[in-house]
Amino acid sequence: MAELTYRAAVAAGIAQEMARDPSVVLLGEDVAAAGGVFKLTEGLLDKFGPDRVRDTPISEQAIVGAAMGAAMTGLRPIVELMFSDFFGVAWDMVANQVAKTRYMTDGQISLPLVIRTANGGSMRFGAQHSQSVENWAMAVPGLKVVAPSNPADVLGLMAAAIRDPDPVIFFEHKALFATKGEVPEGEHVEPLGIARIARSGSDVSIVALAAMVPVALEAASILAEDHGIQAEVIDLRSLVPLDTRTLLESVRRTTRLVTVEENPRLCGWGAEIASIVAEEALYDLAAPIVRVTTPHIPLPAAAALEDFAIPKARGLASRVRQVVEA
Amino acid sequence: MPTRRAGEPTDPQAIIDARPDIPTRLTMYRTMLECRLFEERAQDLFFEGLVRGTTHLGIGQEAVAAGFAAVMRHDDWSFCSHRGHNHTLARGVPMAPMFAELFGRAGGLMGGKGGSMHLTSVEHGAMGCYAIVGANLPIALGAAWSAQYRKSGQVAFCFFGDGATNIGAFHETMNMAAIWKVPAVFVCENNQYMEYTAIASVTSVARPAADRASAYGLDPIVVDGNDVCAVYDVAQRAVRRARSGEGPSLIEALTYRHGGHSRADPAKYRPEGELEAWLARDPLALERAGLTDAGVPDEDLERIETEVRDAVLAAAEAARSSPEPEARTLTTQLWTDGSSSWRN
Repeated sequence: MAELTYRAAVAAGIAQEMARDPSVVLLGEDVAAAGGVFKLTEGLLDKFGPDRVRDTPISEQAIVGAAMGAAMTGLRPIVELMFSDFFGVAWDMVANQVAKTRYMTDGQISLPLVIRTANGGSMRFGAQHSQSVENWAMAVPGLKVVAPSNPADVLGLMAAAIRDPDPVIFFEHKALFATKGEVPEGEHVEPLGIARIARSGSDVSIVALAAMVPVALEAASILAEDHGIQAEVIDLRSLVPLDTRTLLESVRRTTRLVTVEENPRLCGWGAEIASIVAEEALYDLAAPIVRVTTPHIPLPAAAALEDFAIPKARGLASRVRQVVEA
Repeated sequence: MPTRRAGEPTDPQAIIDARPDIPTRLTMYRTMLECRLFEERAQDLFFEGLVRGTTHLGIGQEAVAAGFAAVMRHDDWSFCSHRGHNHTLARGVPMAPMFAELFGRAGGLMGGKGGSMHLTSVEHGAMGCYAIVGANLPIALGAAWSAQYRKSGQVAFCFFGDGATNIGAFHETMNMAAIWKVPAVFVCENNQYMEYTAIASVTSVARPAADRASAYGLDPIVVDGNDVCAVYDVAQRAVRRARSGEGPSLIEALTYRHGGHSRADPAKYRPEGELEAWLARDPLALERAGLTDAGVPDEDLERIETEVRDAVLAAAEAARSSPEPEARTLTTQLWTDGSSSWRN
């Protein structure tokens, strides 16, 4: 095992796949010479050269569209969309073109491409560089949606996303870039669509994604230490495909469900989780399902306000406690 | 109007000298006829209720499709807009599955999942019609980049209307295609109207594509899009440039949509006499006269006309007998494993 930061795991995952498959190429703004504005692609230009690691102009439609055209003609492009907020600029390409083309052509065209993007808050960048938009992608048929919470998963899920024959939106969370974790030696691939039980527990299932996973784990520690409540934490890792088997098995065992989401309230992914559990495991539940989300607002820039907005471990722990002790 | 670069004097003799050989011209004439008769039949069948939804006909614009298709290699790619019947036919895609797709039948090119605005046949290099205006430009750029990266010698052709020159994707694509010097040929079919509005009334320059070319370091190229030989000539230059690694071309082909924007549009907004003036320069009639002038016997032309008419009628009848799609196909082919599954 080696220790890597989440940031370094991004480059390591891409490098692992680029070394293995010459059809894998990377394009995006500042990804080559500068190594990415978040230094997520550092070293890749030196390793793989300018034909495979390409700087682009600020042209999100052309970047995503070009990746699509390349994917349908034999390459496996990886796009870096600098901030997930920029999906707004390229949404026609993502939602109308990339997502629909395989279905519309009845399978004539496959699009093995990955759109990686920096998602979420914590950097005090304000409403247009901080939001969590994984639920936008989840709402579009034809997109797989992945959001790792730790370096090993970044590496393994990145490899699986690049090898996947269909489009994958890969959300890298800004709050996690500097976090460290063990990653396996040698080639590492984690299949998409398998949730991970990050902590076992018997009293309540907390379902989380990306930066909300460490928040949920911290809440679980507080609950255990201060209140003797054993919370199970499920890291979904991918929203599409969705591992409902692990989810339902956990909820049937613990009889309680709390989701913790960074996206704003309405139509957040937790609503889909709650709906599935309500439809398929309602009579196993001992308490109403609770969703903890950011309020239904754009994210503010001020540190104090952003901290109020995004779920924190203490607040989550107290909501979970209410559910368990109700 | 002969091929010319904007600002340069026109030399009609140069075009006459550059006319392709008779077999090539006959192939292009046949392609134009296939497009024309296919679309006329599709229009009739719309009134019969067989074609549903909408169609965007390219009647009057066939010379652009035929002239460019004639210079393509079998493994080149074309990327079309919502007005894509002509370009799809020009790649040799069989008519019966095209009709069946317009009818929404199981035997359609895409099993009925795409419809008129998304005709695709990858095995023919017809890489799809994209119905959001301008979307096909960056996608074609990406295919051209892939050809460049793999050194395959393939060229990506992209066809779009004058209206597409006012969307951001056009400008992003031209810039990126130029800096990457990709083997792509971008063809603006300037049919004078963006949907229901004259392009001149909503565009800052007189030539919506050519007048923007210099902003991207490209030559401004305008061609008479109703003269199939002029189109062929400009297409050959562009494809030569692309294959030799010199980069993309942007070509504006001046042409005219004989009908309205779509099924819903009677095109009442056109000034009196405009349609008639363009009908007098109908690309099929022009080339038929040209072929006669070049010594092609009338019976040869009539034979082609009969063959194409029969083929179109037979294809439409074959499509009519294709069954409705089965419900089980509704949820297939979202993913490469054939399913649309999103959970376990």
